[in-house]
Amino acid sequence: MSATPATALPPAGAPAEAPVPRIRVRGLCKAFGAKKVLDGIDLDVLPGTSMVVIGGSGSGKSVLLKCILGLIEPDEGVIELDGRNILALSRTEREAARARIGMLFQNGALFDSLPVWENVTFGLLAQRKLTRHEARERAADFLAQVGLAASVGALSPAELSGGMQKRVALARAIAAQPDILFFDEPTTGLDPIMGAVIDGLIIDCVKRLGSTAVAITHDMASARRIGDTAAMIHRGRIIWSGPAAALFDSGNPEVDQFTHGRREGPIQMELRR
Amino acid sequence: MNPFLDPLAAIGRGVIGAARATGSLALFALEGVSHLLRPPLHWRMFVQALVEMAYFSLPVVALTAIFTGMVLALQSYTGFSRFNAESAIANVVVISITRELGPVLAALMVAGRIGAATAAELGTMRVTDQIDALSTLSTNPMKYLVAPRLLAGMVALPLLVVVADILGVLGGFVVSVMKLGFSADAYLRHTFDFMHASDVISGLVKAAVFGFIIALLGCYQGYRSRGGAQGVGAATTSAVVTASILILAFDYVLTELFFTR
Repeated sequence: MSATPATALPPAGAPAEAPVPRIRVRGLCKAFGAKKVLDGIDLDVLPGTSMVVIGGSGSGKSVLLKCILGLIEPDEGVIELDGRNILALSRTEREAARARIGMLFQNGALFDSLPVWENVTFGLLAQRKLTRHEARERAADFLAQVGLAASVGALSPAELSGGMQKRVALARAIAAQPDILFFDEPTTGLDPIMGAVIDGLIIDCVKRLGSTAVAITHDMASARRIGDTAAMIHRGRIIWSGPAAALFDSGNPEVDQFTHGRREGPIQMELRR
Repeated sequence: MNPFLDPLAAIGRGVIGAARATGSLALFALEGVSHLLRPPLHWRMFVQALVEMAYFSLPVVALTAIFTGMVLALQSYTGFSRFNAESAIANVVVISITRELGPVLAALMVAGRIGAATAAELGTMRVTDQIDALSTLSTNPMKYLVAPRLLAGMVALPLLVVVADILGVLGGFVVSVMKLGFSADAYLRHTFDFMHASDVISGLVKAAVFGFIIALLGCYQGYRSRGGAQGVGAATTSAVVTASILILAFDYVLTELFFTR
């Protein structure tokens, strides 16, 4: 069971020379106290591709995403964006690098104290790319891109359903037209139809922006819809990677057990031990 | 189990934990102040925090000050009448209110109100990933959430203490004139004769320090809260308790600094 770097398949007609991965992770380790959450993660995501990372609860998926985002400082390893090691950058440079990344949080993480329009345009206002008056008008465009009416902009996040909150959070993530998009459990807590709607919006947004995307999910249907490639984390390591279409036929016992949701299998046996 | 070493080890762990917490709070305060000194300041957040701290705390601070002034006049009368020194009531009321009771009681009231609210708000933002979301949206959470609140605390408390001073003295005046039979002219003359600018200024300086402490503890406990609703609840309690204790401790330190040298 060897850990292979998860690499997207080169697009048809691409030159033989391997492109520089947009995201390259090598030997990433992170422990909280005695608990080793990430134990030498290697990962490559090519520009313009979408990767889904699957794995059980507590396997380190969210920690991996937060390390790449710079929200958690890893203990060891290298994280490169377009060949630049972000861990070696100054705080200001790292903040600038982070501005290229849009993030959809698991529960939306909308700011309760702000109306929807200000949530959506928060990043643009923070970067002083828009005045407040312009932001209010532009918010309607961003909301339209995720299938919401302009009138939603005046509401507060508490007045929205779970699906609408996810869509607003998606609008916020894409508003600054980031090169890289991260999705943390984008369909968790949604019914299957709304989950499919969110997946469709994610695919549309990623294609329209030409972004590179990384999604972590437990939802296998969602993983197959969103991802070009997939990787599975187990016990802090990547134990399998390959095309997302091969998730249900990976030949890896852990992945098979996880994707088919079987009680019996190597992961279950480890839990009993 | 070692009956001699185990208690020592527990004490050692406690000391190390306290030192670590103090260091962590000091670093947090330094980072907050450094963001305060470096532009830009998020003025909208500052104004919001100022309105919340100063304007909405006004009723509770006003009532506390009035009743404290009234009680002080009454208690002073019962004590001083034994020595035929009733005329000193006005002095005692004005000095006690401006130097000590105005700043300390206003700060304790605001600590209960604003310290708890700040810790709960930031704690909820932390556990629902809103603080992480700020970081991903080109916004430093310390600059956006903490620095404006620290400044608002340092501005709001002195404003509240000015009101508390006036109403506290007024409370003493009302009781002295209407219940104890003092002459209004004489009471006011005594009050203004014995009130020095330094008394009021030292009270306002104390208030600014207390405002900083309240905002700092609310932000610190909320910002570092973990573990859902229980963690937010613990952060809220801790913010109020720690701020209250620090207010009393710093009151002593500042009094020592202002009045014993």
